[in-house]
Amino acid sequence: MSTIEERLRTGIAGDHPSDAIAGFVRRAVREGTADLLYAPVDTPVGRLLAVMSRVGLVQLRYADGDVDALLEEVAGAVSPRVLRDPDGLPSVRAELHAYFAGERRRFDLPIDWTLVRGEFARRVLEAARAIPYGQVASYRQVAEAAGNARASRAAGNALGANPLPIVVPCHRVVRTGGGLGGYTGGLERKRRLLALEGAA
Amino acid sequence: MDIRTPPPFQRLVDRHAAEVHRFLAALVGPHDAQDALQETFLSALRAYPVDVRHPRAWLLTIARRKAVDVHRRRARQPVPVEEVPETAHTDPPPPDDGLWAEVRALPPKQRDAVAGRFVLDLGYDELATLLDCSPEAARRSVHEGIVKLRERIAP
Repeated sequence: MSTIEERLRTGIAGDHPSDAIAGFVRRAVREGTADLLYAPVDTPVGRLLAVMSRVGLVQLRYADGDVDALLEEVAGAVSPRVLRDPDGLPSVRAELHAYFAGERRRFDLPIDWTLVRGEFARRVLEAARAIPYGQVASYRQVAEAAGNARASRAAGNALGANPLPIVVPCHRVVRTGGGLGGYTGGLERKRRLLALEGAA
Repeated sequence: MDIRTPPPFQRLVDRHAAEVHRFLAALVGPHDAQDALQETFLSALRAYPVDVRHPRAWLLTIARRKAVDVHRRRARQPVPVEEVPETAHTDPPPPDDGLWAEVRALPPKQRDAVAGRFVLDLGYDELATLLDCSPEAARRSVHEGIVKLRERIAP
């Protein structure tokens, strides 16, 4: 017969309180205490980490490795009140899946531009957004649309720092000569996205 | 890495939710523990970020306060609701139900000390922080709680 101490130690087993935690997250969102919600989204170009604020989608990262490190970055850059969405950010997931299925050409998700630094960078990314599905533009054209035709390199940097790849289509910006240029997620992904869209 | 950046709150949830839940289940029973767990993490999130060197101890302190709230609410009710199941289900009752009911019936200091010591394996220093007393007083509370349980539980 076990002693009282042994019985107490064996004690309260229990399943992980997932339902209670899901309830906590939903209440935190409702009362406005949660600043950010995140969820992984699997796509043909790999796993993405989506982060939403109350304003909109604030970050989409290629999450090849450690999600922890990515969350630490957004905790530092935006807010540490970041929680995993028990529902998996269904609106983000639905739009991305539709895009990769060839059913959606424009994203309707609201955008939170908090992580974009500076007016010029913002205009560069807006210019990228204006490039139609299936088409491409050059760095120079984007720089010009952003207000400074001679700032191709700065435009390239702004595109490289795009916190919302795919949704803000920096993959549609290529070199004048025909070269692909750069892509934070790697050129293979850039190629795949352009091929998906049927861009020449 | 900037060491002053507070970690993403989800990390505290991932690391400590199960433990906090077990602690609350010991203190208030599995039924009320669900809501108390939500209240604990909501309070913690509202206060976040705080410079917390020991997030586990911080969360347990909040949890303990929520457990006190549950007990106060129960004391005001004419009918005990502790063991009322939410829905009809066919799960077997948790093992040693009677023992844990006796734990919850202990005086608060002993109840919290026993739960902290045996559910969470807290050392006396950690227990002292949780109970806001000296390690020696914490050790005494655990001991007194066990003695009382032995009296009440038939061997």
